[in-house]
Amino acid sequence: MSKPASDPGTGGVDRELTMSRAMVDAIASEMRADDEVFYMGEDVQDYGGIFDSTEGLLEEFDRDRVMDVPISETAYVGAAVGAAQAGMRPIAEIMFADFVGVCLDQVYNQMAKNTYMSGSAVNVPMVLTTAVGGEYNDAAQHSQTLYGLFSHLPGMQVVVPSTAYDAKGLMHAAVRSDDPVVYMFHKRLMGIGWMPAPEGPKTPVPEDDYTVPIGEADVKREGGDVTVATLGLHVHRALDAADQLADDGVDVEVIDLRSLVPFDTETVLDSVEKTGRLVVVDEDYQSFGVTGEVVARVAERSPDALEAVERVAIPDVPIPYSRPLETEVNPQVEDIVAAVESVE
Amino acid sequence: MVGVNTLREMYEQMVTARRYEQRLQEEYLEGKQPAFDISAGPIPGELHLAAGHEAAAVGVCAHLDDEDTVTAPHRPHHVAIAKGVDLDRMTAEIFGRETGLCKGKGGHMHLFDPDVNFACSGIIAQGCPPAVGAAMAADKRNEDSVAVAYLGEGAVDQGAFLESLNLAAVRELPVVFVVEDNDWAISMPQDRITDVDTIAERADGFDMPGVRVDHDDAIAVYEAARDAVGRARNGNGPTLLDVQVHRRMGHFMGDAEGYRPDEDSERAQRLDAIERLADDLRDRGVDDAELQELRELAEDRVEDAIEWAKAQPEPDPADAHEDVFVDDPAAASGGDD
Repeated sequence: MSKPASDPGTGGVDRELTMSRAMVDAIASEMRADDEVFYMGEDVQDYGGIFDSTEGLLEEFDRDRVMDVPISETAYVGAAVGAAQAGMRPIAEIMFADFVGVCLDQVYNQMAKNTYMSGSAVNVPMVLTTAVGGEYNDAAQHSQTLYGLFSHLPGMQVVVPSTAYDAKGLMHAAVRSDDPVVYMFHKRLMGIGWMPAPEGPKTPVPEDDYTVPIGEADVKREGGDVTVATLGLHVHRALDAADQLADDGVDVEVIDLRSLVPFDTETVLDSVEKTGRLVVVDEDYQSFGVTGEVVARVAERSPDALEAVERVAIPDVPIPYSRPLETEVNPQVEDIVAAVESVE
Repeated sequence: MVGVNTLREMYEQMVTARRYEQRLQEEYLEGKQPAFDISAGPIPGELHLAAGHEAAAVGVCAHLDDEDTVTAPHRPHHVAIAKGVDLDRMTAEIFGRETGLCKGKGGHMHLFDPDVNFACSGIIAQGCPPAVGAAMAADKRNEDSVAVAYLGEGAVDQGAFLESLNLAAVRELPVVFVVEDNDWAISMPQDRITDVDTIAERADGFDMPGVRVDHDDAIAVYEAARDAVGRARNGNGPTLLDVQVHRRMGHFMGDAEGYRPDEDSERAQRLDAIERLADDLRDRGVDDAELQELRELAEDRVEDAIEWAKAQPEPDPADAHEDVFVDDPAAASGGDD
């Protein structure tokens, strides 16, 4: 088994955090450093965020800076756009990514377009945080990732941390960005008491501030036979699959895409030029989404390198409730293993 | 004056709903102890229980027939029971079984029973527009059926609700909007997020009656709903009915309610509309033995439904690829390689 390729520079750091603690660590640090940073969303005060995204902030900051808001996403996400254009640095949370439907105009016609429509006369330095993903049987309206939806609509940067280290670094980068950043955290990775996370996302996290640049993928595991490009929860599933495949002598390289917009084509391309085989794994719908985009970029830039390709994603159905049905549609470790074997 | 037989039926439905949720809670927690894991056990996923809301369900639905439409939010069981949804198949759905109302695809927040025109949705306030649509259909067809949209008080700041009030009002559609006001939008108390004394006041801006039932009382709800449903059925347009209820549980199972003052939780336990209705029935000459009999009937019915549901098969994984469209299942398979 090969050593993880990326060293997040945490040598000597004893402190291990869950993803939610690392995310809050960065938010608190940015709020401390800049009075213009504030957080608003539903149940972010006393509850601390349904998925622990603001847990503990109220101990340090007042209720004007950690704001509960009415269940009125159009109003408060739009208010974040306005506050950002006024020069503040708001962070607004949509509790589940699925709920973006009720405020989509403010997201894709206002937040995402105002910079361009104004010819950069205005800009929108806000962060839109939202919880994504399934695998706990919450059914069709509470389990989507919608990675492709946000990434398809131009004008927003989109990041998806899969480890505590990246959760902190990407949050620092997102708040400091002068453009709108959609920060999508996977519920299953946060380390919430009532929703156990796998081991992988809990990592050493330095006390000091640092950024993970938006637009850089991360090679999580080096390998020479097959490239698996994925994100979010499925980074950890791909690493599990790679471990299994290593026992059979198949050497898998696992890339955590981390940012969808902007997209790090080079890292994927470098890997595929080495392996010749590409499997893209996504917890979003298959058609017109992330998997197709990754394959297209490689095919455009380096068609000769691509000997075999496979996509593993949610087939084009809403997420079903019942356990055997959800397991059928959400890519499992064995599905990734099978896909790698099919291209190998 | 409401007849004693009607009250008896309402009581039976209320104790059925309460018992049903007690049993669901027990089944839900199985496999989730001692460490709570939301995805474990025979009923995975979120479970939103409505104990303390029963009066709002039975007091309104007592005026409805199968032809009338009801939409409910993420906390639907009591309304479904009052509307006459098939209890066996609803239970099978909650257990994720093949013979459930939705073949295991929907789950407890997404129950559909067209036989009695019941549906619910997990996104708050989003059941309001479809209720308006059902009323629009009845209006266009000159039918006298009505539609009822249930929502919680936390949902009254959503565009879908406010826009629906306006559309229903301007078209004089036969809709009753029923707000179940349990004072809490998950962890957010009402006065933190809504700057009116009562939700009924929202109706003023839409030129429709807004009626507040300010205590959790099935008879008071019944009487207010009689006027509202009658008004809708007679072609006189929509009403906003704002009913005080009490949340006896957390927002969802697993919610430790650390944000909620103890006295508020205790008050919700103390003010029980079921006990209140039992007292009313006793005043009308129904003795304790008969009340006990009604409770036992309810318990048997609930137990039968759970037993039946648990004996049902799980869905075939391949079924996950069907039902995206009614006409062309093959088109839904997406990734066909």
